[in-house]
Amino acid sequence: MSTYPVESIRNFSIIAHVDHGKSTLADRLLEITGTISKTDRNKQVLDKLQVERERGITVKAQSASLFYNHEGINYLLNLIDTPGHVDFSYEVSRSLSACQGVILVVDANEGIQAQTVANFYLAFEAQLSIIPVINKIDLKNADPERVEKQIEKLFDIPRDDCIRISAKQGTNVEKVLQKVIEKIPPPQCNSADPLKALVFDSTFDHYRGVIANIALFGGEIAKGQKIVSAHTKKRYEVNEVGILTPNEQPTHKLYAGQVGYLIAGMKEVTEAQIGDTLFLYKQPVEPLPGFKSAKPMVFAGMYPIDQTEYNNLKSALERLTLNDSSVTVHRDSSLALGAGWRLGFLGLLHMEVFNQRLEQEYNMSVILTAPTVPYKAVLSSAKLIKEYGKDEITIINPAQFPDKLSVSEYLEPTVLGTIVTPHEYIGKIITLCQDRRAVQKDMLYIDENRVMLKYLFPLNEIVVDFYDALKSLSSGYASFDYEDAGYQSADLIKMDILVNGNPVEELATVIHKDKAYAAGKLLCERLKETIPRQLFEIAIQAAIGKKIIARETLKAYRKNVVAKCYGGDITRRMKLLKRQAEGKRLMRKIGNVEVPRDAFIRVLKRETDK
Amino acid sequence: MAAVRRWPRKLAVLAAALPGAGSQGRAAAPGPAVLPAPGPTEEPAPEPVPGTAAPATAALYVHWPYCRKRCSYCNFNTYVVRALDEAAVRACLVREAQTLLRLSQVHRCVYGVRSEWALLRSSVPTCNSPPSASSVTSVFFGGGTPSLAGPGTVAAVLEAVAGAAHLAAAAEVTLEANPSSASISRLAGFRAAGVNRLSIGVQSLDDSELRMLGREHTAAEARQAVEAARGLFPGRTSMDLLFGLPGQSRDAWAQRLEAALGLCDDHISLYQLTLERGTALAAQVRGGALPEPPQDLLADMYETARNVLVATGFRHYEVSNFARKGALSTHNLSYWRADEYIGVGPGAHGRFVLRGEGGCSREARVQTLEPVTWMREVQSHGHGTRSRVVLNPLEQLEELLTLGLRTDEGITHECWGHFSPQFSLQDVFGEPGEARALQQSGWLVLDSGGLRCTWAGLAVLDSLLPDLLWQLQRALGAARCPPRDKEGQDARAVSGHDGQ
Repeated sequence: MSTYPVESIRNFSIIAHVDHGKSTLADRLLEITGTISKTDRNKQVLDKLQVERERGITVKAQSASLFYNHEGINYLLNLIDTPGHVDFSYEVSRSLSACQGVILVVDANEGIQAQTVANFYLAFEAQLSIIPVINKIDLKNADPERVEKQIEKLFDIPRDDCIRISAKQGTNVEKVLQKVIEKIPPPQCNSADPLKALVFDSTFDHYRGVIANIALFGGEIAKGQKIVSAHTKKRYEVNEVGILTPNEQPTHKLYAGQVGYLIAGMKEVTEAQIGDTLFLYKQPVEPLPGFKSAKPMVFAGMYPIDQTEYNNLKSALERLTLNDSSVTVHRDSSLALGAGWRLGFLGLLHMEVFNQRLEQEYNMSVILTAPTVPYKAVLSSAKLIKEYGKDEITIINPAQFPDKLSVSEYLEPTVLGTIVTPHEYIGKIITLCQDRRAVQKDMLYIDENRVMLKYLFPLNEIVVDFYDALKSLSSGYASFDYEDAGYQSADLIKMDILVNGNPVEELATVIHKDKAYAAGKLLCERLKETIPRQLFEIAIQAAIGKKIIARETLKAYRKNVVAKCYGGDITRRMKLLKRQAEGKRLMRKIGNVEVPRDAFIRVLKRETDK
Repeated sequence: MAAVRRWPRKLAVLAAALPGAGSQGRAAAPGPAVLPAPGPTEEPAPEPVPGTAAPATAALYVHWPYCRKRCSYCNFNTYVVRALDEAAVRACLVREAQTLLRLSQVHRCVYGVRSEWALLRSSVPTCNSPPSASSVTSVFFGGGTPSLAGPGTVAAVLEAVAGAAHLAAAAEVTLEANPSSASISRLAGFRAAGVNRLSIGVQSLDDSELRMLGREHTAAEARQAVEAARGLFPGRTSMDLLFGLPGQSRDAWAQRLEAALGLCDDHISLYQLTLERGTALAAQVRGGALPEPPQDLLADMYETARNVLVATGFRHYEVSNFARKGALSTHNLSYWRADEYIGVGPGAHGRFVLRGEGGCSREARVQTLEPVTWMREVQSHGHGTRSRVVLNPLEQLEELLTLGLRTDEGITHECWGHFSPQFSLQDVFGEPGEARALQQSGWLVLDSGGLRCTWAGLAVLDSLLPDLLWQLQRALGAARCPPRDKEGQDARAVSGHDGQ
């Protein structure tokens, strides 16, 4: 590795909206540089997870070192893959901080989408060189000219700078490599400096422990050296270093400007947190800026479908979080759903992907409750302030929601959402956003018929079904992305659901006052559909404090007896009745009302799972 | 019967009291234990399985699976066959009846019964003496459309039954008849064959309703059939009527009921139409072509019918059955009292003890469903039993509870004691729990007559049963008869032909 001085190194990422061809381009780059052999099977080589290949997204970034000779000079090109969604924007920003440039891929047919915008700004703010690439020019409906205009208008990049390619067919891909060498500067660092390595990703290997992906901002690293984590202050001895091709390939050393991996006896991924800085023992350096611990934005309860599966699910969760330190896990329990956890995710996609990985990689089926967001309350009650030891608390579980009397202000998390849509859907989209309590921040025509809208959304308004609603009212054409925008004051209340006057703890919800009536009505209706009729009338109500805001009535059974029961009917009849009798065991009694456990599951489940 | 059942216990207690007699004495008690007696000798000795010492009696059901046309609401095991080899079907019904009667040992034990039956079969039996011990108490030809079978087939089966077991002259022999195959001459033929009770599938007395139901007959033909039957089987003609048809109004139902009362004999079965999955009618309702009858309307219709019939002198003796002048169906009562019954014919179900093999436990049996396969099996093995499942004591009690509460008499202490010698009704349902709560709410009664539904409770029985079954399982199921594991359940369902 010592034959590659800093001047012949280029560190770059590919960024793109979902499905615009990031992974296909990566495949071609790997082939051209001989990193992998050229076969038809090279599809999403860097996307190793089943969920990534199925959804066409990148969840877990992979990196690869490419060797390329250009005008007689051997170059080391480090392709640092990034997760393809802004749920993972922190990961993206860390990956980008190991780069000096990006390839911005835009689909020649679809043009700029919401995520293109978000990714561009991440790269732009990091002051990286940007190589715009218009992909899929082989498609019949490709309109690269229109896309070039969009890029020029929105990103202020001259249209002549765009490279038109077809990653699928390999057209002009070589040109992209040349541009990488010409336009992206080499990293500014020196091997003579003390070691300064950025951890930009980490994975867990059952045999070797944590494998940390690192970018060297200074110095060199080799087996046997003693290193320290700036974040944890823990000391390790380096067992192995190497480059990714994209599989780990041990090398003698890594030098400043280079990118590779390190194994150093770390037992958990939390020991190699993304953004952390590693330095040599007794040679501390100033840590690289921008490190922060993952901050969950969306919470959901997760329970085993059957409590006997609790331990299996527990170990699956433990193993999966080994590879994904951004998921927070707190034990939780519910009268209706039993023992489980409250998990925090970076965003909705992250939550879905995590759930899908549990199913696919660990064969676990779980109950996932409707996602909620972390609210905050600024306390005014001296007693509560003393109890919590602070005057601002975060509310993850509605059961902890403090009464209005002891609170001076409630706060809710917000996000800045970007929507890119063909203009004919603007009216409907604006109405949808207003329904979601969103405030318009910007509206810009990116070409004659495409509009970019920016809205400030309360996070809880988009966590459940916003994306589906947007997709359906725009026939799938509008794209959406969002970024954290801090907290804002909100008129929040706690809504209880009562069954014959008794509160159902697991259905209590923190909600904005304006939304309570509609949500209360919906919850009552859904619950009515799922509670079986009984021998007496059942009132299902939504209440704010003592005030009833919605009611559904489940009438008593007046007739419930099978008409025919003769010799041939008994076996079938007994099977059904015994199942019902067996079901009594699983009934949750609320007062004298028997509610099947799956009634809550059906009510609590997200709409899309119905 | 009670006295006969009790003696082994007394004997065992006596034996236990004798010097030198201990567990051995109990072990020698006849039959295996229903519920194992725990602990020392002062505990009651295990009882024999009910029935081992009791006289063997059973009802016999014969299934005729063929129809000329499938009704739009029917999901029974029926077949529309163009050319039927009736002689072959007859031979198989006869052979299977003989085999199963032999296995159950509900055999003839009165010398010369066959000739008695043969003598009497040309006229309707009028003698009302109770059936003697070890006998077939009733025969029921159901279907399908058994009135499509030739009277000769019915006669052959009855002769076979009389040949293999004691069939008292007074035993109830019912045949289900469709108005479209119930001419006077045909019905007379069935009477000559030994049938002494007729159940006529009228279903409705309105032509448009009959068309919706996919029936082959008109209201006028239904009337003629009932009148013909009443002439031939006076006091022993029953009619079936359906209510709760899609679109049927409260008034329309009241009119049908009135018309039916003007026509009927002393027995009437009123069934709420069940929209069974897979039927044409259910598909029409689900597809929105026909309206789904509202729950409240159905409850009103049922209530109207019960009140009208009771006011006219009928006894509401089962959820859907009404009789006056004591014309209750003995055969159907056997099901609801959890007596033994033998099912013959494709898909027929049975519940009986295999005394012929020295068995002592009640088994649930199902015969092979598909007629051609069933016939092949009968021809090569003598019967077409597809599954045999031994019912454990808890399962027997569960069935008794489920069935017995459908009747106005409910479950008598005697009947319960027959299946549960150790735990009385009071033991299981008298303690604080579900049954007590249901009594307090006015759905259920437990008194010296036994356990039964109130008038209001009968209409919601299916909401009471899960509670009662759950209480029963807790009271003795969990403690005494741990539920079988999955393998156990698989193992006990044996396919028909071994060891028989």
